[in-house]
Amino acid sequence: MGDLVWILFSAMVVNNFTLMLFLGLCPFLGVSARVETALRMGAANTFVLTITAVSVWFLNTFVLSYAPYLRLISFIIVIASLVQIVEMVIKKLSPALFRALGIFLPLITTNCAILGLAIFQTNRGYGFLQGLVFAIGAGLGLTLALVLMASIRESVELADVPEVAKGTALVLLIAGSLSLAFMGFAGLLSAS
Amino acid sequence: MSQEIAPADPHCGAPGASAGAGPRRAVPPREDLIKGFWRENPVLVQLLGLCPTLAVTNSVANSVVMGIATFFVLVGSSLLVSTFKRWVPSEVRISTYILIIATFVTIAEMTLQALVPDIHKALGPFVALIVVNCIILGRQEAFAGRNSVGRALLDAVGMGIGFMIAMVIMGSVREVLGSGTFLEVSLFGPAFEPWVIMVLPPGGFFTLAFVLLVVGALKRRKALKARESERRNGAIAERAA
Repeated sequence: MGDLVWILFSAMVVNNFTLMLFLGLCPFLGVSARVETALRMGAANTFVLTITAVSVWFLNTFVLSYAPYLRLISFIIVIASLVQIVEMVIKKLSPALFRALGIFLPLITTNCAILGLAIFQTNRGYGFLQGLVFAIGAGLGLTLALVLMASIRESVELADVPEVAKGTALVLLIAGSLSLAFMGFAGLLSAS
Repeated sequence: MSQEIAPADPHCGAPGASAGAGPRRAVPPREDLIKGFWRENPVLVQLLGLCPTLAVTNSVANSVVMGIATFFVLVGSSLLVSTFKRWVPSEVRISTYILIIATFVTIAEMTLQALVPDIHKALGPFVALIVVNCIILGRQEAFAGRNSVGRALLDAVGMGIGFMIAMVIMGSVREVLGSGTFLEVSLFGPAFEPWVIMVLPPGGFFTLAFVLLVVGALKRRKALKARESERRNGAIAERAA
């Protein structure tokens, strides 16, 4: 049990996917202008991460032990088709949820956080429950970073920023400061 | 809603800025090659493939190896995609591109593991993550899938070198400031206190922000130069009057 809590917490803040491992930067830089959008993007990401973790566990356990060199190819195919299927199922079952997540789902397929999670999970040899918890933690961490970023950007909008620094450079500077703040969590692991 | 999504698109697999350079306009071969170096640099100008640019540039050696691996994958998949473009149905082209890219990444990863195991370990999952590097899919979609083999090859080589240039700039700044070394050769002697933060994750964000600021300032200065000289001429004329 303590192991699972550790995995969750580590994936969420100590090794935050976006701020510490630079995974999933596309939505972090692109879709972080409004808090509400950031929250939805985070939710969609968490959802896809979770189903990815489950399917990657299946692949690793039943298929890839026979053909390890197919790892990368099979991961990317499974993730892409899985997202497609989930999109269709959600569209059919819950149009409201589809409208809320809709546009974000296909965007997520090419997000490096998803494939990154699959590779980390494999390299660390996580079991089913561990993988699931890891995915949820990573998703929560992504959401946390997105929402923090969006709320800072909303308030920076009113600030008087030099013309050259507007846009990506400013967002990267903010991200750097956030990353600096998140580094403070690193001590938590060595202490416990 | 769609307005808010729009900025994300150029980051992820959308056609790059050069999509306008269609096959009809006669472009000299030299142009296909050198546009990727600086003017349409995939990282510094098009802002694609930021994940590896930030994640593995904490030393020059890592940056160069990552640059070479990406170069290999980009050139190899551009070659295949432009050769077989006539037989790939457009409905499944993205999946086909991804399959081709994933195959080349698998080759690159195994080769690195065999040749430079230390650096392969330091790069961690980021070699495998070349698959989802937006530069590569973006070039297939924007260029290799609709141009001749020769042009696609030149374009891929140019973009690959452009990516390597950006990686080496980032890696040099971070290694020199963060460890006081260049390619593990000490530069400043023992009295130098390294800025450890530069080799840690926040340093990546700060360095890229700084590099983008410089690039933006250069671009602005170029654009304003003509206007400014006009204004200055006008002011001189006024003073003379």
